Order: sequence, then C-alpha cells, then structure tokens
Amino acid sequence: MNSTPTPSTPTTGTGTVKRGLADMLKGGVIMDVVTAEQAKIAEDAGAVAVMALERVPADIRAQGGVSRMSDPDMIDSIIETVSIPVMAKARIGHFVEAQILQELGVDYIDESEVLSPADYVHHIDKQRFTVPFVCGATNLGEALRRITEGAAMIRSKGEAGTGDVSEATKHIRTITAQIRELAAKSEDELYLAAKELQAPYSLVKEVAETGALPVVLFTAGGVATPADAAMMMQLGADGVFVGSGIFKSGNPEQRAAAIVKATTFHDDPSVIAEASRGLGEAMVGINVADLPAPHRLAERGW
Amino acid sequence: MTTAPRVGILSLQGDVREHARVLTELGAQVALVRRPGELVGLDGLVLPGGESTVIDKLSRAFGIQGPLRDVIAGGLPVLGTCAGLILLANRLADGIAGQETFGGLDATVRRNAFGGQVESFETELEVPALGPPTIRAAFIRAPAIEELGPSATALASLPDGPVVAAEQDGLLGIAFHPESTGETRFHQRFLDRIRGA
Repeated sequence: MNSTPTPSTPTTGTGTVKRGLADMLKGGVIMDVVTAEQAKIAEDAGAVAVMALERVPADIRAQGGVSRMSDPDMIDSIIETVSIPVMAKARIGHFVEAQILQELGVDYIDESEVLSPADYVHHIDKQRFTVPFVCGATNLGEALRRITEGAAMIRSKGEAGTGDVSEATKHIRTITAQIRELAAKSEDELYLAAKELQAPYSLVKEVAETGALPVVLFTAGGVATPADAAMMMQLGADGVFVGSGIFKSGNPEQRAAAIVKATTFHDDPSVIAEASRGLGEAMVGINVADLPAPHRLAERGW
Repeated sequence: MTTAPRVGILSLQGDVREHARVLTELGAQVALVRRPGELVGLDGLVLPGGESTVIDKLSRAFGIQGPLRDVIAGGLPVLGTCAGLILLANRLADGIAGQETFGGLDATVRRNAFGGQVESFETELEVPALGPPTIRAAFIRAPAIEELGPSATALASLPDGPVVAAEQDGLLGIAFHPESTGETRFHQRFLDRIRGA
C-alpha cells in the first residue's frame, strides 16, 4: 500500500494518512472558491472539500499575467469559515509557496498547472512535506512520476477555465486505458513499459498487478454541468474537481448541489436528468480547439 | 446463520471500496446502499469514512435518512468509522449549522477533534476487547467521542484521554480507519455480532 514503516508513536504525515484523506473524498466534488462566502456556499451545497485560489481559471485565462499562490489572509478566512477540508494551489516547482501553505494549515496542496510554473524542470519534492499533495496528469507516465515525487492523489488535468469537457475526457480515458494496457502485459514486458512511461519499475509493476493507481484519481478541467460530472465518474474517476463551472454560472448554489447529486448517482440517468433541470445559465466557456497551444494549461508539467 | 451475512455499505460518498474489500475478505456478502429500498434484507450496515456533512445532506435529499434511522432503531447492527461514527452519534459537539445524524449510539462526538490534516496521525492503539497485538490506527481529520452515555461502552482510548471507539449492543463506532490499515478484527467483531444476533 505504501512504504512508510509502522510507527510505534503517534506520527503525522505518513503515506497512509496522506493517501487516506483522498480516500475519504471519493465520490465527492471539490469546488474552486475565491472568497470565504463562496466557500460557505460550496460547503452548504455538499462540496467534499474546497480549493482556495486567487482567481478561478476562467479569470486567469481572461486576465492573463502571472498567477500565484493565494493571499494567506484569504486562505485563513476560508479555513475559519468552513469545516470541510481546504485545499490550496501552489505553482509547479514552487516549494516555498508549498511551505507557506503547509504553515497556514491547509489540508491538501494542489501543485497546479493552472498557476504559472515556477520551475520548468523540477516539480516539488512532495515527500518532504507533512501535508499531502494532489497533482495533475494527462497520462499514466505523468501520474506515476508525480506519485514517485510524493503525490498522494492525482487529478486528470483537462483544460481548466474553459467549460469544455473534451480534454478532461481525453485525459481520464488515456490514464484508465494505459492502466488496462499495463494490466494485460506479461511480467517481462513491464521493463520496457517502465522505460516508455518514464516511471519507476516497482510502481509500474504495482499498477500492472492491481489494475489501479495506488492513489485516488479525480478528474478536473472543464467540468461545468451535472452531466459532465457524471460522465467523468462513469469513465472511472473517483470524484471530480469543478473550477470555474460553479461560480461562473448563473446560479452557483443550485448548480453546485446538482453536480454533487449527479456525482453520487452518476450511474442513474433519472437522477442526473432531474439534477440538470432549472439550473439557469452554465458558464459561457471556450472551445479548447479555439485555444492557441501556448494558452493550453494542460501542457504545463511533464 | 449459516449463509454469508449480507452487509450493506452506505455508498453516498466516502471510502466504500476499502470497507467492501475487508468485508468480502471476511466472507460477507456486500451490498451498496444509496436508496431506501436497498436497506431491505440486510443483516448489518456499514457507515464508511467520508465527509459527514455531505453524507448527511445526500441522505436527506434522497429520502434515506428516515429509513436509516428506523432500521438502526429497529436493532440492525451498524459499524461506523470516522464520518460513520459522527453519523451514528446521538449528539454532535460542533456540526455545521443544521447538520443532522442518524443516531443510535448514546454518545457526543466532536468533528475534527485533532485539528486539520497536518495533525492527522497514525499510532499503535491497545484495544483490550480485541486482545493483542495492538491496532495500527490511522486518525484522518478524525472525530473523538467526548461523552459516552450509560448504555454505551468504551472500547479504546488514546493515552491522553479521548475515547476513540465505543460499542452499544450491535452498534460499533470507531474514530479511526481500520479499513485503511489492513486491520480486520473490528470488522470480524461486527460480523460475529451479526451472526450471534
């Protein structure tokens, strides 16, 4: 399950407690919020956790510029306002932003491509932290490299801030298909597979044997409707992140609650249909196909 | 009972899969429960770890809160871990506004009793009722039992005081996650209780 030795005295930050918190979030919806008021709305609507950030991805996209970790005062106010887990984003490779977030007492750090990367070579050494990390991935190799660095949860990246679910679909399908391919390989084929995936052999072998990632797999990036969330769950996600989709829509309270219901009953079209009624306008959205390559966030991280 | 006991797991949200794995390993037949009709024909029920506020809301939105209260009051054996303990408690020390529980266990439970995730911990725990060896217990943003009524019995406490597991007839409430650390004795105790019931 993990390599942490059994502690004989109370020990924080073990693999079991880091990965375990993600297990407790399964079947749930994690919502992006930029204020304490939004965090409260998210909690009341049934969010399993909130993601505190300075600007939702749709605004980061519209406004441009460098985007960074949120203001500590804002994170404090969200932690004080809600009792569900609070996550916050650090820039890829920015281990000092991560140190600050751990100091503030967030429950999970998202080393996120949605912010401007701080290091184009190295990701954060997440093993060094007590707080757990979630990282984005577009394919299995990327997911396994993040897990090797200490990520305790993976989310498929999708294309944040677009309201276009096609990239989320592509990434969750890619990861689950690559896991199935690995599970079908003979043991002597796994050496080459590890080389091709650019991931450690031991981890590749573990995934081949269990037919699953050793950590929870959520999906993110472009989920805007109850139907989008249910589709991600039917494609094998353990839960969903919804970013701009809620607070950039006409009726955030109702849409948030509807996405929560559709995630739990993702295999029941009658519930999803009912949840999809009367939600008002969804976020306007951008077609990923219309986005020039340099503006695609999913290509950040490697 | 000669056939495998049929144990439901409330599957609105949380670590359903981990409980299913342990129960299956111990020879139980597992049924996932999201709707009132799925409570029929169960020999026992597990309330998994997860986010108690979310499970509470969904249970009301989909009309299963009342039926759950009825089967618990009717004596169905229930095992609850972490969020499951919170949902099983008769009283909540610091729920969010309007948060409700299913109840059954005569106890007052405090949510997030140890603080946030950076305070989450693993430890070895003595549980006299289960005998040696000690339990490897993972406390993940865990609750604790603040006060236990006369009809309930403490099964385990941390060295510095708080009660973290308690039993009352067929109800077993645990603040940590035996399902996450390969510990099967609590689930075995629960199945034994079902078989004896």
